[in-house]
Amino acid sequence: MTSTLDQAIDQIQHRGTLSRMMSHQIFWVFAAAVLACLALTLMTDTFATERNLFNVSRNFAFVAIIAIGMTAVIASGGIDLSVGSVVVLSAMVISTMMESGNSFWLSAICALLVALAVGAINGTLIAYAGMPAFVVTLGMLSAARSAAMVLSNNKMIWEFGPDHDLLLWIGGGSTLGLPHPLYALIALTLVTGFVFRWTRWGQYLFAIGGNEQAATLTGIPVKRLKVTIYMFSAFTAGIAGILMAGWLGSVTTNLGQAMELTVIAAAVIGGANLAGGEGTATGAVVGALLIEVIRNSLILLGISTFWQGMFIGTFIVVAVGFDRVRHMRN
Amino acid sequence: MSRLSLKGITKSFGAIHALENVSLDIAAGEVLGLMGDNGAGKSTLVKVIAGNFRPTRGEMRMDDRPVEFHRPVDAQRAGIEVVYQDLALCDNLTAASNVFLGREATRRVGPIKVIDYAEMHRTSAGLFRQLKSETRPRDLVRKMSGGQRQAVAIARTLLSKPKIVLMDEPTAAISVRQVAEVLDLIRRLRDQGISVVLISHRMPDVFAVADKIAVLRRGSLVTAKPAAHSSPEEVTGLITGAIEAA
Repeated sequence: MTSTLDQAIDQIQHRGTLSRMMSHQIFWVFAAAVLACLALTLMTDTFATERNLFNVSRNFAFVAIIAIGMTAVIASGGIDLSVGSVVVLSAMVISTMMESGNSFWLSAICALLVALAVGAINGTLIAYAGMPAFVVTLGMLSAARSAAMVLSNNKMIWEFGPDHDLLLWIGGGSTLGLPHPLYALIALTLVTGFVFRWTRWGQYLFAIGGNEQAATLTGIPVKRLKVTIYMFSAFTAGIAGILMAGWLGSVTTNLGQAMELTVIAAAVIGGANLAGGEGTATGAVVGALLIEVIRNSLILLGISTFWQGMFIGTFIVVAVGFDRVRHMRN
Repeated sequence: MSRLSLKGITKSFGAIHALENVSLDIAAGEVLGLMGDNGAGKSTLVKVIAGNFRPTRGEMRMDDRPVEFHRPVDAQRAGIEVVYQDLALCDNLTAASNVFLGREATRRVGPIKVIDYAEMHRTSAGLFRQLKSETRPRDLVRKMSGGQRQAVAIARTLLSKPKIVLMDEPTAAISVRQVAEVLDLIRRLRDQGISVVLISHRMPDVFAVADKIAVLRRGSLVTAKPAAHSSPEEVTGLITGAIEAA
């Protein structure tokens, strides 16, 4: 009796690596992205060129960086609609400061501090005032973009003072053939993946998303944690804002407009559950990759860009649909 | 010597007396079935013991030393753990993560503290073995049966080596087979010298495991005696008021 009980307790569900991989949504999304890439390589002679792949990897990096922060928020059971506005606010802070002669590093730190402050305001209103995340961040979506307009007087900025070339190099340059935003993305993915799995912060984040009341009852500092989660999301948007300023070489107040929707789409396609409790950093990256590949392929295949939304929208529904089917089978 | 001793506990909310002069003793390794109608004061009494409420009057002693709980943490430190009615589990986490929720085992790797999953799996496997429950530490709670979920919630209380476990309606919304599992879990706790306070509406469950029965009616204790000296009929009479006191 005891031996069978011990066996039952110690049993780990032995499944092959392949079957375990196939049970994850990101496996299928990744497979779809790879298939799309293969098809494009065969169907066009423009996709698999160095130039195009460079562009794809750089373009998707911006969305993917923010999607990682968004995944943290969604996995904790919240939502952050203000990321697109934080992008423009961060870009505007760094560009106005650099234009008036400050160094890149000082300006970048200030831009990130402003982004963190926005996240702290979001988090405090949500956690301590108990307001719905949707409403708070919707308000911030409007307020942060307006702050960026006030800051720049709604003018385009394209001169970045003494460190002008450094900013353009950091956001738009490349090392060893890979665009710099991709390096930032890889670093962020590794760090966040580690934090999600191996630290208390990560564990608590998923606990809050799974059952907030239980998390509170077991003594987890839920409110404080929520504030840091929204700060993390805003931080990723701030990083993306700085990199985008350098990539574009000019900053206007419509930067990052409607970006929050693409970011949420990437996170959800990558397996983040809007009901909370699920999501991975790699999933967010793969989701963002798939969206960019779809976008790129439509352009290369000469299909009107008006169709983009249709394809991305369909993919969101299909990805979540797959997930539902899997849950029903369990 | 009693593990927990309540003397003249009174709790008033303004003009309402939720508890009136309740005196009750629980021995080590004893299962106390606490019964009463809705609003009789069961939950209030449990909340006083668990440190959620401070009694208006009265004294609590543990192992013959007076104790005073200002917050639930105080009660926890003194060795009192609560299994909540809805179990307070996170479905998306593994059994081991739930057992350790809020007090994860960690080890240092360079400057950072990382979660020690190996240690958490080992310890929770030991607790499940102790409870004789076929629950795998690595399984997600979402995929578990009602009995296994109870085992996870109870294993969580065992982590801190408690003296008293309070269980609020653990058999309220589960199947007959799972009720049997939960009653078994309660017996395992008792066998380890842990006192259990079982709050329940279900007469058969209480009589199946309780050593002692206590009945509350409108805030007053109307009986507290060995289960062997009572009967479901008597308890029903006491709960409704058909029998004044016993």
